[in-house]
Amino acid sequence: MWANHRLLLAVFLSMLVVFVTCIALSTRASIEITNKVSAANPKLADGLAAWEQVYSVLSSPRCINCHTATNYPQQGDDRHRHFANVIRGPAGKGVAGLNCVSCHQLENADSTGTPGGPNWHLAPLSMRWQDTNDQRLSSATVCRAVTDRSRNENMDARALLKHHEEAALVLWAWNPGRRPDGTMRSLPPLTHAEFVAATRIWVEAGTPCPRAK
Amino acid sequence: MATFQLNINGQPKQVNVDPSTPLLWVLREELKMTGTKYGCGISACGACTVHVDGIATRSCVVPVSLVGDREIVTIEGIGQDPVGHAVQEAWIEKDVVQCGYCQSGQIMSAVALLKATAKPSDTNIEESMGGNLCRCATYVRIREAIKSAAQQLM
Repeated sequence: MWANHRLLLAVFLSMLVVFVTCIALSTRASIEITNKVSAANPKLADGLAAWEQVYSVLSSPRCINCHTATNYPQQGDDRHRHFANVIRGPAGKGVAGLNCVSCHQLENADSTGTPGGPNWHLAPLSMRWQDTNDQRLSSATVCRAVTDRSRNENMDARALLKHHEEAALVLWAWNPGRRPDGTMRSLPPLTHAEFVAATRIWVEAGTPCPRAK
Repeated sequence: MATFQLNINGQPKQVNVDPSTPLLWVLREELKMTGTKYGCGISACGACTVHVDGIATRSCVVPVSLVGDREIVTIEGIGQDPVGHAVQEAWIEKDVVQCGYCQSGQIMSAVALLKATAKPSDTNIEESMGGNLCRCATYVRIREAIKSAAQQLM
């Protein structure tokens, strides 16, 4: 009986050693591959790193609240469903009687805490950056959506850069105005200048996207 | 304070108010047009709905400085419009009103719906009227009245 137990223990320990060795080799191989990519194409590595910076902004509440996969926008840093039964509508602008512009004017209304900007609307469903459970999509998935001209209103890389530099609703994210309680809305994690700089690096690297996990 | 020239129900109006004043309070306090109601003050209930260039607009959250020269129509003027008149007639026909507080906003939203959708479905009505709350729960009669007005306008 004791001999059997010792045999089982020996087998178990052997399997553990093999498993740990495999993990270690796999991790080392992954690091080596990454290093090879970086060494072979530093621009690609810089582009991927820049994309992650861009993604940090796109996935922030000021941007992603209007890039939903659902029939409604979100609001607030906790990204809760927009109040007052507001819905997307056929063109992403609400419905008659309850349009986005029923409240959201051409600029922020700080005295009432209502954000505003030109042509306030939801992004099309082709540019959703969340799933139907309101969870953010991965960096790789969002990158593929943003670079797919059949989904991004036919923007090539240069147009994407220009969009990030100049589009009024993009710029609004850095001037989001006051909440109804008078406090300032939070900003994206980068300044607009940093966001544009990261976009430029990513575009000049060929808009690379990370591999899906 | 600043002076604003407004176009309300086809009439020019001049007010001298703080630019941040919501349109609702300009209507009610400065111009004594009290048909438009204050409900929640945060655009959540629809009682303050007016039309601005034909768009149903929550006047409680729109500062007067952002209205510009756009045409404002309130519950006092909507009866001059054929669709508005039909809606008001249908409201009477179906005896929609209970306490009545929310009804000016309900009518303004209903008119906006019918101008965009001549024959609205139940879903159209629920979606378009979903932001107008009625504590008396007159929703069933509101739906009947909108359908009746649509019939009258066909």
